[in-house]
Amino acid sequence: MVFIEITSWIFIASGGLLGIAGGIGIHRFPDFYTRLHASGITDTMCAAAFLIGLGLQTGMSIASLKLLLIFIFLFFSNPTATHALANAASLGGLKPELDEDHSE
Amino acid sequence: MIFSVATFAILITIALALARAFMGPTVYDRILAINMVGTKTVLLIAAFAVLSGRTDMLDIAVTYALINFIGVVAVLKFVEQGNFYTSGEDS
Repeated sequence: MVFIEITSWIFIASGGLLGIAGGIGIHRFPDFYTRLHASGITDTMCAAAFLIGLGLQTGMSIASLKLLLIFIFLFFSNPTATHALANAASLGGLKPELDEDHSE
Repeated sequence: MIFSVATFAILITIALALARAFMGPTVYDRILAINMVGTKTVLLIAAFAVLSGRTDMLDIAVTYALINFIGVVAVLKFVEQGNFYTSGEDS
């Protein structure tokens, strides 16, 4: 039991750390596409780690089944939303900022 | 105790994303930040449900995840086309 507790704490803590990293990332990166990179990856991974940690806390019950449903849905919908966002921005004419020294 | 730490981390992330949503230079930055807030809200509801032992609230988290995705895609379609009634292929 103690082992399961510690494992779930590690998962929840890493999920929270990833979330804060993503939140800092969307402030530190210079333009939209790099911010998309920061948010898209950490969002999916933060949700995954967090829900696995919560599922370890609840044990085998209907609650962990619901957590698994949220996990599966977020795991598919979050990258899809990120792709739709990048596609809409690129179709909408938003150009990525390029470093002029290396763009030739 | 770990739950308060986790909830605090999620709230910090929501605050950072909301700041980006208010500041964001383009409309896509705002949508990106709001998508992030929605995901973190799902996690917050799930954490609160497991923390307080009221696991019925996980249904709300499932519903919120579905609504968040549909909402982001709908807002993107609206921004891209300016309306909801054209199919998008002829624009």
